[in-house]
Amino acid sequence: MYPEYMAESLRKVAQTRPKRLELARKPDPVYPPMNAEERRAVLEGFHPDFESSARRVVRVGPNRGESLTTEVSDLLESHSWLRSEQVDLKSPDFETDLLIIGGGGAGCNAALVAMKEHGMRSIIATKLRMGDANSMMSQGGMQAAVSRTDSPTRHYLDAIGGGHFENKPELVRALTEDGPGVVKWLEDLGVVWDKEQDGSMKTMHGGGTSRKRMLSCRDYTGAMIMRTLMDEVRNHPDMIDIKEFMPAVELIMDDKGRCAGAILYDMESEEFFTVKAKSTLIATGGYGRLHIRGFDTTNHYGATGDGLVMAYRAGAKLMYMDSVQYHPTGVSFPEQIAGFLVTEAIRGAGGQPLNKEGELFVYPREPRDIEAAAIIRECAQNGGGIPTPSGRVGVWLDSPLIDMLHGGGYTDKHFPAMYRQFIRYGIDIAKLPMLIYPSLHYQNGGIEINERCETDIPGLYVAGEATGGLHGRNRLMGNSVLDYNVFGRRAGRYAGEYAKTVKLGKLSLAHLDSYEKELADAGVQTDLVTPILLPSYAPKDVKKRQLVRGGNALPGASVLNNRLFDESHGA
Amino acid sequence: MKSMPAGTTKSPSSSQGDGKQSLAEQKLITIYIMGKAYEVPAEATIMGAIEYAGHQIIRGAGCREGYCGACATIYRLPGDYKILTGLACMTLVEEGMSLAQVPYVPAEKAIYDIEKLKPNVSAIEQMYPTVFRCVACNTCTKSCPQGLQVMDYVQAAKRGDIAMVMDLSFDCVVCGLCMLRCPAEITQPLVGILAKRLYGRYLRKDSPELAVRVKAVEDGAYDDEYAKLMSMSRDALSKLYYARDSE
Repeated sequence: MYPEYMAESLRKVAQTRPKRLELARKPDPVYPPMNAEERRAVLEGFHPDFESSARRVVRVGPNRGESLTTEVSDLLESHSWLRSEQVDLKSPDFETDLLIIGGGGAGCNAALVAMKEHGMRSIIATKLRMGDANSMMSQGGMQAAVSRTDSPTRHYLDAIGGGHFENKPELVRALTEDGPGVVKWLEDLGVVWDKEQDGSMKTMHGGGTSRKRMLSCRDYTGAMIMRTLMDEVRNHPDMIDIKEFMPAVELIMDDKGRCAGAILYDMESEEFFTVKAKSTLIATGGYGRLHIRGFDTTNHYGATGDGLVMAYRAGAKLMYMDSVQYHPTGVSFPEQIAGFLVTEAIRGAGGQPLNKEGELFVYPREPRDIEAAAIIRECAQNGGGIPTPSGRVGVWLDSPLIDMLHGGGYTDKHFPAMYRQFIRYGIDIAKLPMLIYPSLHYQNGGIEINERCETDIPGLYVAGEATGGLHGRNRLMGNSVLDYNVFGRRAGRYAGEYAKTVKLGKLSLAHLDSYEKELADAGVQTDLVTPILLPSYAPKDVKKRQLVRGGNALPGASVLNNRLFDESHGA
Repeated sequence: MKSMPAGTTKSPSSSQGDGKQSLAEQKLITIYIMGKAYEVPAEATIMGAIEYAGHQIIRGAGCREGYCGACATIYRLPGDYKILTGLACMTLVEEGMSLAQVPYVPAEKAIYDIEKLKPNVSAIEQMYPTVFRCVACNTCTKSCPQGLQVMDYVQAAKRGDIAMVMDLSFDCVVCGLCMLRCPAEITQPLVGILAKRLYGRYLRKDSPELAVRVKAVEDGAYDDEYAKLMSMSRDALSKLYYARDSE
């Protein structure tokens, strides 16, 4: 239940509701959407990316001299777990055609397509279990231009406008043009899409969509897709070898500068293993667990940007790594679920963000960065936020409107996960609004790829959230689920094709030595060892006692926020 | 067992462990993690409490928001004979709670070619015959942290009612607690996944416009429009974007 002091504000929300319901029933927007100038102003004034300490220049690697998100610069200016001379590369522990790093949606798609189209064998190496990935957590849906009033080119325009016209056009074309085919591919694998009576796809709006284009599987969209893909992967044990709790910690190169596999670390036996692979795919997802600028995150436990740093040490260029996505609606109260995602589909279905007076202050379906910045502005500048007992702040997301607009029981049926999350704390979202605040959600940038998922490094492919360029500096809702399907499939196709012909040379980890030298030359002093693998949430006094053993060698390979001398520049 | 820090650290009560509340205001309770006593914040989730105690979870945490099923937990409360179940990320600690996480539930997934199965009872018989051992004790339903009617979908599977299995198992997070508790050794979540795939593949109503759209893309129907959009200047594209109509 909400604390007593919020009752007054809740009363105001209920008072303004009939009028706002009337607005929602009309075809016009319930609040004026911002023009280009207003968008720029709210971003520059209130988006966390624009705070002065949000970015700093990275001193080493392919993007040296470029201003990146501070925590990303910290991540990149770090030491490897390995010393090259201690690794025996002469007799690899495993060999395969395609090594896939990451067991989420992109990785599963790639393994299946490489097998089906090219007969290629894969190893999927993943840090936690298969499917422990942000792919599993998508609630609201996947964009794809399948309805009669829509078209792939309209989807293109929405995506590129949402990304402030900075997206790589060939990637956006691949995304939007492959969309309808992905819907069919998933359906034939057995994904149960939400449908209308006549069998046509049920479509909803998301932020920044000009047509209803969001396809869903109730609010378990990612879980439905992910479990279907995993089940299919597991139907081919002779072709796809799954290695769980075995994250990659470095890439292996050959003497011709091509990627030739990776070193895996067994989280349980704490051994390192070498994998020689004709082609390698990084599908490691994003970095929410870096808690950039101290924000809570919607991301899964292992989202620590491992692929970024591995690829960077090997010489792959990053793109738009100065841009972070904060989801407009993370939970602010109850404390136990703070930072959790409240699906954008709530706004797509008619939910409205309101200040403490129960008033609208922003169009509910602006692109995410705009919507998030407007919510921060409402709290920071206009005093429209509601403080929580633990010292957070939030605005209301008026969910009871949904049943009023679509009929009683709609919330229960279409948002069962959301309903469950709140009812445990005595909040029925069909009757009471949710208290929300932006939460760290998505890595907009990443390793630069082309439409074949190729990087600067021959034999190294990247797909999904780990990539940069597709979304520009702001991703729209539903384009990440489509992303991991479209580009996961493309990666399987092109990495599989490449694996057929390549003849690898002598294996090498020389890039680790040169990176270490570059760090020294640039005068970088750090005790950070990456990939981070897992965050630590032990309280400070516990950490202090753990670190008595010294050397920053920590139990369970956890490094983040677990160093004695935390030199991070972030909040 | 553990000494408490003096109000300097951040709150560990959320499952993110990075909350804003100072400990000075927090009430502490005693719980038993695998039999060992710890004082933890009274408002914490089980996952938050385990991490507050200083454990680095490797197996037993995934999405941390109730979707992935990695954090199945069994527990008992003082004076209560019952074994209770929950997801560690979603369940709050209680005074005297004695708990253990379940890192993994062994279960053999059937290997199949979905193209060769039929969406009826024959697929269930071939792939998961243990379903027919169900004694209708309802323990699975009682152990489901999602509150699903698990036994009802097992019964539906016995009848070959694939649509009902799909519907009732839709929100299953595959935590495995039902199959751990089942006296008939049925692997309920795996039956649910098979049924959902069979429904999606065979029993769905086809979308007429989807096939048309896929064909249009294959035939290059949008090539010209793409070429035009991709060659536009940023200004021209911006103009077009802000002037577009909305549904």
